Amino acid sequence: SSVVSQSDSCCFFSGCSRRPTSPSNTILKCDLHRLEEGPPLKAELTRDQGLQYYRTMQTVRRMELKADQLYKQKIIRGFCHLYDGQEACAAGIEASINPTDHLITAYRAHGYTYTRGVSIKEILAELTGRKGGVAKGKGGSMHMYAPHFYGGNGIVGAQVPLGAGIALACQYQGNNQLCVTLYGDGAANQGQLFESFNMAALWKLPCIFICENNKYGMGTSVERASASIDYYKRGDFIPGIRVDGMDVLCVREATKFAADHCRSGKGPIVMELQTYRYHGHSMSDPGVSYRTREEIQEVRTKSDPISMLKERMLSNNMASVEEFKEIDVDIRKQVEEAAQFATSDPEPPLEDLCNHIFYNNPPLEVRGTNPWSKLKSVS
Amino acid sequence: IQAQFNVTVRDALNQAMDEELERDERVFLLGEEVAQYDGAYKVSRGLWKKYGDKRIIDTPISEMGFAGIAVGAAMAGLRPICEFMTFNFSMQAIDQVINSAAKTCYMSAGLQAVPIVFRGPNGASAGVAAQHSQCFAAWYAHCPGLKVVSPWNSEDAKGLLKSSIRDDNPVVFLENELLYGVPFEMSEEAQSKDFTIPIGKAKVERAGSHITLVSHSRYVGHCLDAAAVLAKEGIECEVINLRTIRPMDVESIEASVMKTNHLVTVEGGWPQFGVGAEICARIMEGSAFNYLDSPVTRVTGVDIPMPYAKILEDHSLPQIKDIIFSVKKTLNV
Repeated sequence: SSVVSQSDSCCFFSGCSRRPTSPSNTILKCDLHRLEEGPPLKAELTRDQGLQYYRTMQTVRRMELKADQLYKQKIIRGFCHLYDGQEACAAGIEASINPTDHLITAYRAHGYTYTRGVSIKEILAELTGRKGGVAKGKGGSMHMYAPHFYGGNGIVGAQVPLGAGIALACQYQGNNQLCVTLYGDGAANQGQLFESFNMAALWKLPCIFICENNKYGMGTSVERASASIDYYKRGDFIPGIRVDGMDVLCVREATKFAADHCRSGKGPIVMELQTYRYHGHSMSDPGVSYRTREEIQEVRTKSDPISMLKERMLSNNMASVEEFKEIDVDIRKQVEEAAQFATSDPEPPLEDLCNHIFYNNPPLEVRGTNPWSKLKSVS
Repeated sequence: IQAQFNVTVRDALNQAMDEELERDERVFLLGEEVAQYDGAYKVSRGLWKKYGDKRIIDTPISEMGFAGIAVGAAMAGLRPICEFMTFNFSMQAIDQVINSAAKTCYMSAGLQAVPIVFRGPNGASAGVAAQHSQCFAAWYAHCPGLKVVSPWNSEDAKGLLKSSIRDDNPVVFLENELLYGVPFEMSEEAQSKDFTIPIGKAKVERAGSHITLVSHSRYVGHCLDAAAVLAKEGIECEVINLRTIRPMDVESIEASVMKTNHLVTVEGGWPQFGVGAEICARIMEGSAFNYLDSPVTRVTGVDIPMPYAKILEDHSLPQIKDIIFSVKKTLNV
């Protein structure tokens, strides 16, 4: 295993280029708001952990790139918001919480859908709108669910009060669980967030509010949207941590720290993960009208989360180049198989059109497009 | 022992919540002033004293926030009752009601249930003017995934609220402030802790053979009063209390129309795209159309924002004489 320790604090994107060039043994120190101490100065990475995080991130990466391909072939339609570049956030968070904890996010959700336990097959088949999709083709990209994973939410910011409510349920039931509630730099300006912060702090809800700051809300840079871009401070009376979201270890340690904070009854905490998306806002956005290709390329070369982890493990002799290649080959195969399924599985049957309007409800009749069309709905 | 005694709608609602809080520990109430103030309209009187901070929660003035919190709690296994001080304020939170609550079971193909009740006073009160007097029955009833309930009397209030709380789906429960203090007879059966009224079934409050009056909430009372006056002139009205707006019990209306051949709908809400408009459309599309001897008449609130001055307010809403007039026009007498 390898012990890594913290370097001097560095603000990832504020024009600062003091990111250590040596990939080993350093994680960036987190900026703190209303906290005397932050995440620990040392973190341990075992070989197994490293390979697992690598595998998780690479799977999400390849899955998202496959979705890109399928979208361009018009096999995926509508909205498709891809997560490539941000993998360390999902992987790091999942590494720090329990499967029995809860997580909710917005629409850039495929990564979390995977880390929360849904198979690549069921994710891609939901994107292609087939009956084998996790929501039977009824939900699509933004509406995938799993036990203790509440989507996938299409309305910007609406997931934040929901997350606080899930945390309320944890507190109410006394089960020592918590809720990770994610939102973006764009959503950070929604009023309902501040209502949620207020109630979460008032009632000491076990909620980790996490802002994935990828610098752009659709085409609007953070500087053009927010009077304060210190998203980790926007919780005001709620303590906050700003974290290097491209380093899976940094994310893991910070989230562990945050989880301990919540579980000890101290109430909510805010985390800002500084991260980056390679794709545009969605598949209909080329992503280069509001940012430069040079910027994107610079992040790819200097801060790619998967490359960084791989380099760290290689330079510490924790794994070999061949092993990583094997993992890559295996993941490509899995993603390919999942894509095969997603393109060959049939669409949901028309009989399913009106089902699942209600839960645990006797069958009912639903009006079709005309008065003679009486359709059936079962739970 | 009296088999029936008078209970106000307020007390009936209070009983319903008390019984359901006792029956299921996952049930809790949140909203503005519901706990220590005993409820803005005293509907939750005594509940905080009995159940405490954990189950009866005072919220800050943050409708969008606390409605979302309630929906999230429902998703994670609790059974919240989310009170809006009036449904006018629910507009702040309507995204959570529709997009987070109503649609989720469908979007998740049944994976994620949302067992929540949104309740509070709806429609006109007295002298509260335009921003505090809107009826939201038509707005919420438009949306698949919601059940929309509108009780009239105390038995309705108690039985329907209990059913709503026990329902595993989002229910919008529209009360009426002017009815809170009105006492109604409650049968012995209705005293029972297991007394529920099914959602989706209308009730014939008064049998009649000449014309059908369909209404919900406060105007059921107006219809019964109008029917009493008309009876003296030999016109027998059948009065139907919808009880539930969505799913609407159209079959009960049709059965009545096939008997009486005439239909008048009565509501407090605005005419355009309203409950009466929906009834007209459904009657036209169904088996009862051929039994109509005249077109359906809608009696509704006047198509204006609610004015303040008493004389104007009185003339903004259906009065008994408006119902009587409309019945006679429909019967052509």
